[in-house]
Amino acid sequence: MQDAPPIAFAHVGKSFDGGRGAGPVVAVNDVSLEVAAGEFLAIVGGSGSGKTTLLRLANRLIEADSGSIRIEGEDVRAADPVRLRRRIGYVFQSGGLFPHMSVAGNIGITPKLLGTPAAEIAARVDELLDLVRLDRSQHRDRFPHELSGGQRQRVGVARALAAKPRIVLMDEPFGALDPLTRDALGDDYRALHRKLGLTTVMITHDMTEAILLADRVAVMRDGRLSALGTPSELSASGDAYVGELLRTPRRQAERLRMLLPRDGAA
Amino acid sequence: MSLFSDPRWSEALAHLPDYLGNHVRVSLTALALGLLVSLPLAIAVRNRRISRGVLLGLASIVQTVPGLALLALFYPLLLALAALSLAWFGAGFSAFGFLPAVLALALYSMLPVLRNTITGLQGVDPAILEAAQGVGMTARQSLFMVELPLALPMMMAGIRTAAVWVIGTATLSTPIGQTSLGNYIFAGLQTQNWVFVLFGCLAAAVLALAVDQLLALIETGLRRRSRLRVISGGIGIAALVAATLAPSLARSPSSYIVGAKTFAEQYVLAALIAQRLRAAGLTASSREGLGSNVIFDALASGDIDVYVDYSGTLWANQFHHTDIKPRAELLGDLTATLAQQKITLLGELGFENAYALVMPRQRADALGIHSIADLSAHAATMSMAADYEFFSRPEWAGLREAYGLSFRAQRQMQPDFMYAAVASGEVDVIAGYTSDGLIAKYDLVVLDDPRHAIPPYDAIVLISPKRAADQALRSALQPLLGHIDIADMREANLRAAGGDGASSPDAVARWLWDKIGKTGAQKQ
Repeated sequence: MQDAPPIAFAHVGKSFDGGRGAGPVVAVNDVSLEVAAGEFLAIVGGSGSGKTTLLRLANRLIEADSGSIRIEGEDVRAADPVRLRRRIGYVFQSGGLFPHMSVAGNIGITPKLLGTPAAEIAARVDELLDLVRLDRSQHRDRFPHELSGGQRQRVGVARALAAKPRIVLMDEPFGALDPLTRDALGDDYRALHRKLGLTTVMITHDMTEAILLADRVAVMRDGRLSALGTPSELSASGDAYVGELLRTPRRQAERLRMLLPRDGAA
Repeated sequence: MSLFSDPRWSEALAHLPDYLGNHVRVSLTALALGLLVSLPLAIAVRNRRISRGVLLGLASIVQTVPGLALLALFYPLLLALAALSLAWFGAGFSAFGFLPAVLALALYSMLPVLRNTITGLQGVDPAILEAAQGVGMTARQSLFMVELPLALPMMMAGIRTAAVWVIGTATLSTPIGQTSLGNYIFAGLQTQNWVFVLFGCLAAAVLALAVDQLLALIETGLRRRSRLRVISGGIGIAALVAATLAPSLARSPSSYIVGAKTFAEQYVLAALIAQRLRAAGLTASSREGLGSNVIFDALASGDIDVYVDYSGTLWANQFHHTDIKPRAELLGDLTATLAQQKITLLGELGFENAYALVMPRQRADALGIHSIADLSAHAATMSMAADYEFFSRPEWAGLREAYGLSFRAQRQMQPDFMYAAVASGEVDVIAGYTSDGLIAKYDLVVLDDPRHAIPPYDAIVLISPKRAADQALRSALQPLLGHIDIADMREANLRAAGGDGASSPDAVARWLWDKIGKTGAQKQ
């Protein structure tokens, strides 16, 4: 078990009912993928590529039609979905914070569900606020609507980490943020990932973000895994779609090198 | 005399602990029952499209039934259930007053609670529901920790609407025997006591506003997580309940309950009977404003102990006889029929309150109309008004058949307004009551009934089966029998419609007793 990869997808398929009249829509088509312990994997793809569905299959927010998904060696179909979700951190798009709960209430929710004593939860909340670099006394008792987008997402990350998961799934976590905040948050999370020895799978539609943060990048298109590798491996790939996705970061990098020569030389 | 020095205000105030206490008790019980049923139902159907539609449809249909009708329908329903329960389990229950009122009002409260709870739960952002699942909540935890708290403001708005509706509609539970603030309104309307009507409306409005505001306090407290608001709102509601329940619980339950139908004469006679019982050292209270059919069943089942009815009314309406017998024979038959139900016909009061066709004297003379037979020739060009019951009573069918009556128009009116309406020419003929003092006041004439289509309506005292052998009751009422003549009753009724401080049923009953005492002495 110890050697089993934290997350392993094997020939996973998932279709949705296409609505009245239409046939089923294949969201995920025969995807096999392993995420190694301590790895930071980014899944990149356009909307409708099946990337979000793939992520949700991992903690059974959606049930797979075919293939198998193993979390730390255990088939998710055999696991109790509620218990499974409690041991996997999940960061939702634009936070997904509970509007009627304070920051502390949101962060401490999973430990609370696990029956952790209140005093322990309070200590853990403070620890997590430090970890995601939010001032304890200033933010602990605030409500989500009183926070900025970046602060909300930091709370979202803290909530995902509260029950000390070894695996964190992130669904376009920084997509709705302004570029500066996004950059800072990305860096901070990357540092946390390393410090806590997490295994992270992050969904993004932004290839630049994926390359900058992840160890490996998986590219999805029309429900299929069309490429998988480190940024340099992808760069060497002959796949046309991957080339298209890489064109933007490449052009941006060149522009930046031209416009900011000193940075480029450093 | 200023408006507020009118003695009727203090009389109204004296009834307040009793009426308000009963009103709060029935309203809050109904609301609690309504919530107990609606909330789980709303939660159960929230994600089922078809059952949701069916449930909301049913609740909407209930809502379209007028409150008074809904309350009235529960009475016979429960009466039948009580009879079944008695037959099957050997234990019946009272289908009168509290129970039908609570059930009907609870049903009435369901729509706003159901609708707002379902809408509130459905309005929760799907992303938040997914987050609840994602952090590891079970469906139950998601419901209680996320969905219900987020739907709460919407739900509370529904509960507040329901509370205001129930408190308002509870005023209509008076005719089925539940004492409420409606007693002021029904009594006031019947005896032209506008102070009572106003007092009842104000009291109900203030109560509704107070409950609404206390619930609002709890609502904002829950939303802003302010424990202070929730607790003070809760204490407010609890204090209201305690304050209104304490006096009515502390009162010893009165041993005799006197019933009264919905018109002034009945209020006066009930007051008179209650006064006589008290004078004999017994305790008595009255249950007023009861519907004609409700009151008889209530007596038969022992929910009230004594009331005054009219021989013809029982004959035609309760026992569905279509033949009209002479006075003595009819009374004899009635006594025997009542005895089968173990109801005692104690005796006649001495006057008759018959239905009669009435029109202005001058007009009748001008047209040469002296009897209903004369009237039938003119009927096609005339309009007629009567109380709410008359046109559906067998007496009307009998009259129409006997004289071939067919009016241009028929209208239903509050009895006290009919006389003024016929006097002013608003309508041409009314079905009035022979004991009504307004006949003389407006110079109206009672048309003869040569074919005896209208039965005799002797006022008779009825006693419930459980009091049949009660000598104290019988002897307390004995002095009334045969001693109230039509002239006295007419004047009493006129006084009761006087609209001033001396017109309360109690005051008029005291006057009537004085009068009886004197005539009684003269007669002896």
